[in-house]
Amino acid sequence: MPQMNMIEAIRSGLDVVMAKDPNIVVLGEDVGYFGGVFRCTDGLQRKYGEHRVIDAPISEGGIIGTAIGMGVNGLRPVAEIQFADYIYPGVDQVVSELGRLRHRSGGEFFSPVTIRTPCGGGIRGGQTHSQSPEAISTHISGIKTVIPSNPYDAKGLLISSIESDDPVIFFEPKRIYNGPFDGDPDKPAVPWTSHPKGEVPQGYYTVPLGAAEVVEEGSDLTIIAYGTLVHVAQAAAKLVGVNAEIVDVRTLSPLDTETLTQSVKKTGRCLVAHEATRFSGFGAELTATVQEECFYHLEAPIERVAGWDTPYPHAFEWQYFPGQKRIAAGIRKVMDAK
Amino acid sequence: MAGYVAGGARVAELDRIRMTRKSRLHIPLSSARPGDKPDFSYLNLSPAGSVDKPPIDVRTKDIEHLSLELVRVLDDDHRAQGAWNPNLDPDQLQIGLRWMLLNRVFDERMWKIQRQGKITFYIQATGEEAVSIAQGMALRPGDMCFPSYRNQGLFLYRGTKLVDMMCQCLSNTRDMCKGRQLPVLYHNKDANIFSLSGNLATQYPHAVGWAMASAIKGEDHIAASWLGDGSTAEADFHHAVTFAAIYQAPVILNIVNNQWAISTFQGFAGGERRPFAARGIGLGVPGIRVDGNDFLAVYAASLWAADRARRGGGPTIIEHVTYRGGAHSTSDDPTKYRPKDEWKSFPLGDPVERLKQHLIGEGHWSEDQHDAVIGEYKEKVLAAWKEAKTHGTMTEGPRLNPDGMFDDVYAEVPAHLQRQRREMRALED
Repeated sequence: MPQMNMIEAIRSGLDVVMAKDPNIVVLGEDVGYFGGVFRCTDGLQRKYGEHRVIDAPISEGGIIGTAIGMGVNGLRPVAEIQFADYIYPGVDQVVSELGRLRHRSGGEFFSPVTIRTPCGGGIRGGQTHSQSPEAISTHISGIKTVIPSNPYDAKGLLISSIESDDPVIFFEPKRIYNGPFDGDPDKPAVPWTSHPKGEVPQGYYTVPLGAAEVVEEGSDLTIIAYGTLVHVAQAAAKLVGVNAEIVDVRTLSPLDTETLTQSVKKTGRCLVAHEATRFSGFGAELTATVQEECFYHLEAPIERVAGWDTPYPHAFEWQYFPGQKRIAAGIRKVMDAK
Repeated sequence: MAGYVAGGARVAELDRIRMTRKSRLHIPLSSARPGDKPDFSYLNLSPAGSVDKPPIDVRTKDIEHLSLELVRVLDDDHRAQGAWNPNLDPDQLQIGLRWMLLNRVFDERMWKIQRQGKITFYIQATGEEAVSIAQGMALRPGDMCFPSYRNQGLFLYRGTKLVDMMCQCLSNTRDMCKGRQLPVLYHNKDANIFSLSGNLATQYPHAVGWAMASAIKGEDHIAASWLGDGSTAEADFHHAVTFAAIYQAPVILNIVNNQWAISTFQGFAGGERRPFAARGIGLGVPGIRVDGNDFLAVYAASLWAADRARRGGGPTIIEHVTYRGGAHSTSDDPTKYRPKDEWKSFPLGDPVERLKQHLIGEGHWSEDQHDAVIGEYKEKVLAAWKEAKTHGTMTEGPRLNPDGMFDDVYAEVPAHLQRQRREMRALED
């Protein structure tokens, strides 16, 4: 089976569906001739033409707004917002229009837009190229929110997102575009070729939306994570030497409560980890859900490990990033609770 | 081609740069507030028939004057003048007049219904009926409309039943929006009219995207959208014009300049120094400033822009100079911020009256016919209201099942919404 990194997997996903459905168009800043600043759309304009892979002006509100109109006219637009940090000028179009169109029109109009956007830090991006604004997306009714943690899922989930008649915001953790980062910046980079999820079928397949995955079975505690932190959590569990069950959320909304709560009911202990700021972060939703569903199975308070409630500081990236040490400390706290 | 002639003493005053020792703010001042004599001297008015009509393949840079002057066909004696006269058949003009009358009669009845407390909210289009009806008639059925909240005329003209519009305002069992939207936020998918949003200007980029898709698919349908002078200050306006310009999208971008954005006059949207029609010039988008109360001029300008777009000539901005004859909405009291009878002094008058007088002058209409049509429409509207009420009101008759609020959030109802629906149902029982 071919080996792909996450960029190649995303590109392959776009290629496969564009070949299948002429109504799929891609638009965004630098996505056409250049192929995207992260190269996810490289070669697609040459293959599908300038009318289907459209270079857009620097106008996130305009990209999302026009994508909605294209979707209403029967196209299936995939809009790229170059960095998740840049999505805010388009957020009104997402909240007031994209997420509500089907509902407000009594089910008559809809626009199946997928918004792809790289998120997360660890790339020396400073505060405007490192954010993880997924909680803004999950707070909007009518929008689905997806964050893959590996190339195989990225391609399968992207195809499902594009083919979904519901709008999807598809966050791509850019720190793991080229390899499964375990949270230690001092170690040499590891490529996806050494990871089983770096094996990606060349053709069409889907990974269903709304389904979490247990990526590592265990019995001591459940660690719920997504994106980059799935890999950091795995490394942290090894560091502490616990037999952790790691659940990759994959689709944040609608949430696969079943898989999460089954795991916590089994282990009796739970840690939630994400890179985004802690206060009102998606971890609060995960923690509340686990508490509501698993209270009588819990042997310890649920622990949250997240980014600090500050902007992402350029010079102190690794103090900000919830790396192995912080997750390990959280694991010990959960395990030590009587 | 006449150059841009400033419209009066106020505009001349604005054009003068007075140098001072320190910088200072300019706070736009309305020409008249309650108790003042109405003053529309700021409006630049070209005589009817004086503005040239270029061919549709004209270069944008050669028609910049169209955004500064005022395209008018009907003169002060209600005669059609000049190159922009669309030479419509009398029966076409009668159709236009009838739809404008239905729009007005419908609005009057719905206003009263709101005042009686039967619906929560209403917005009338009084004085702006030509904007919807004349352009509606100039477009083809396959062209997609992205309206604003004062375009009920479009819904009527494209065949939306009175009873359906009333049921939407009632949020009753026949409501097209299933009880989810404020009154007047209609849609009509079969008639190619998009769903109205309560947020302003958001529909503008949708129209451009829709038009781009039409071109991508190689179709000859165009899109048209409407917003007010006030909404041109929204980012979405600028996003839309920018994208329309870059990709030469087949779209008509209408700016309905009715002089007032609730209590702020058009100067607060930046209309003091340059007309709204000139907003696209810097991007190479042509603008036509048209007498929005002149049915013939609106029709002609719309058809020109539609033909140009359909043939690959790209977008056009049309500014309709009109006047908001009534309150902003039923929640508004304009006597608090503008002269009581300001509309009577508006130099472009009333679009219904002007088309009526034109037709009478041409011998194709009469006062008796006019009164008869109004009488007929009043009965028609009243009958529709009686029927609408049978589908439920806020206080009587059948009610929508609140369960439905969980539908259509997504294509399929996800587990958490099913759970919340059960939770709500348990409390209702």
